[in-house]
Amino acid sequence: MTSALALESIDCTFISREDASQRYTAVRGATLRVAEGEFVSVVGPTGCGKSTLLNVAAGLLQPSAGSVQVFGKALAGINSRAGYMFQAEALMPWRNTIENVAAGLEFRGVGREEAAGRAGDWLKRVGLAGFESRFPHQLSGGMRKRAALAQILILNPQILLMDEPFSALDIQTRQLMENELLELWGMDRKSVVFITHDLEEAISLSDRVVVLSAGPESHPIGDYPIDLPRPRDVAEIRLEPRFIEIHAKIWHAMKEEVLKAYVRQQRQ
Amino acid sequence: MSGNRDNSEKSRARLRVYQGLLFALLFIAWYVLTSPTLLPPIYFSEPNQAAFFFGEPLKVFERLWRWFVSGEIYEHLWVTLIETLLAFLIGTVFGVIIGLWLALAPMASAILDPYIKAINAMPRVVLAPIFFVWFGLGIASKVALGVTLVFFIVFFNVYQGVKEVSPVVLANARMLGASPRQLLRHVYVPSAMSWVFASLHNSVGLAFVGAVVGEYLGSAKGVGYLILQAEGFFDMNTVVAGILLLTAFALILDWAVGIAEKRLMVWQPRTSETERS
Repeated sequence: MTSALALESIDCTFISREDASQRYTAVRGATLRVAEGEFVSVVGPTGCGKSTLLNVAAGLLQPSAGSVQVFGKALAGINSRAGYMFQAEALMPWRNTIENVAAGLEFRGVGREEAAGRAGDWLKRVGLAGFESRFPHQLSGGMRKRAALAQILILNPQILLMDEPFSALDIQTRQLMENELLELWGMDRKSVVFITHDLEEAISLSDRVVVLSAGPESHPIGDYPIDLPRPRDVAEIRLEPRFIEIHAKIWHAMKEEVLKAYVRQQRQ
Repeated sequence: MSGNRDNSEKSRARLRVYQGLLFALLFIAWYVLTSPTLLPPIYFSEPNQAAFFFGEPLKVFERLWRWFVSGEIYEHLWVTLIETLLAFLIGTVFGVIIGLWLALAPMASAILDPYIKAINAMPRVVLAPIFFVWFGLGIASKVALGVTLVFFIVFFNVYQGVKEVSPVVLANARMLGASPRQLLRHVYVPSAMSWVFASLHNSVGLAFVGAVVGEYLGSAKGVGYLILQAEGFFDMNTVVAGILLLTAFALILDWAVGIAEKRLMVWQPRTSETERS
């Protein structure tokens, strides 16, 4: 079966703009395959090149070596079958909520009225009905994330790329958002690559957790299927014995890498 | 809370009262210090000398009054305002277009960089004689002078605004399928506009400077021309009246820019904004 997304032996080397001899290899020989309808989380210590890998998958970054395939076809330019949810604020601050959600449709040539109508439906679905004419700075952090999610899902992408999307939220809002994400995902099971540094989040959401080594030259060092039943409640599932078992196993493999990254940061 | 709003309204009213009092105080000080009869000569030996150098408030206001009643001023005011507005509009439009172009074309920007720095460093008022030769003594030469002043302010702000576009917002728009043209229209331009508006308050003032300095240097109409004429007769009251008139209109233009900014930049967060129903 062809994967929805296949990153094959990706290398990413950054060259300093001031001094060409200053190089930093963020990712080396990373291979990641995501099946259709699969929810994969990528965890790793800070600065391990998780976002780099995601940018490669999105087509925003050209890898130095290796290939990217989307549903069996080599990726050229922006990955138009993927939706990307960024860690930082990505809504256009000069557009109100409904205009932000409708933006993708507008860019694709859908008429303004139809786009606004469909955006209104999506706002209802993510619980933002009544906030159509608010600007991003007038929304709470959680609401902005909901709007960002609607902005992406309205285009019905086959692949969802998520870069620590909820890391800036408080823990309660975060669990709420995670449950809502699972619910939305359950409706049509897109392929998801979910980047996080939070192992509990990764396990509670995913079908599979991939652990990256500490950077530089980061690459996957572990691949763990998560056989917890669905549907899940992210707050409750953390208390189940099987969850704790899986967590202990993956954490054991991760610990060393986290320590390595910590020591490296201390030295800098 | 309504109590809070009452309080803030009260404190604003009090502020207005203080501002009015300060105005009255300045006016009285001006009146008393320049009046030939009220005070014994403190600094100037001649009692009329203070009035000669600083004008007398009552005569200044009388002059303003007569300008408007006789209708004599409208022609001059019209010319100065037209020069200012044209310089402001043309300078802003060119600044925005060229700012966008150079910000998005790194090669052109690299080639032109030293020239832009040189032209910006040059005191552009020295171009006035050239503009007089090119455009004559009418409105056009003053507009040209004002444009050279306004253009660079707007240009640098647009350039900066485009460079400071959030890379995440940009990447997001690209992921949502925006073409280069759509990126320009929906990301670069709106992002640059907040910088442009910040610069418009400055450039309105400079458009005025261009118009009035142009009129000082050679003209047959305009408020600057009136001031220059009065100075020739040592008529300080008229000079001061002209200055006050220009100040008032500069304030009005600045206020109009402020209104436009508030209308068009609703999306910008203001410091401390709360829910209002």
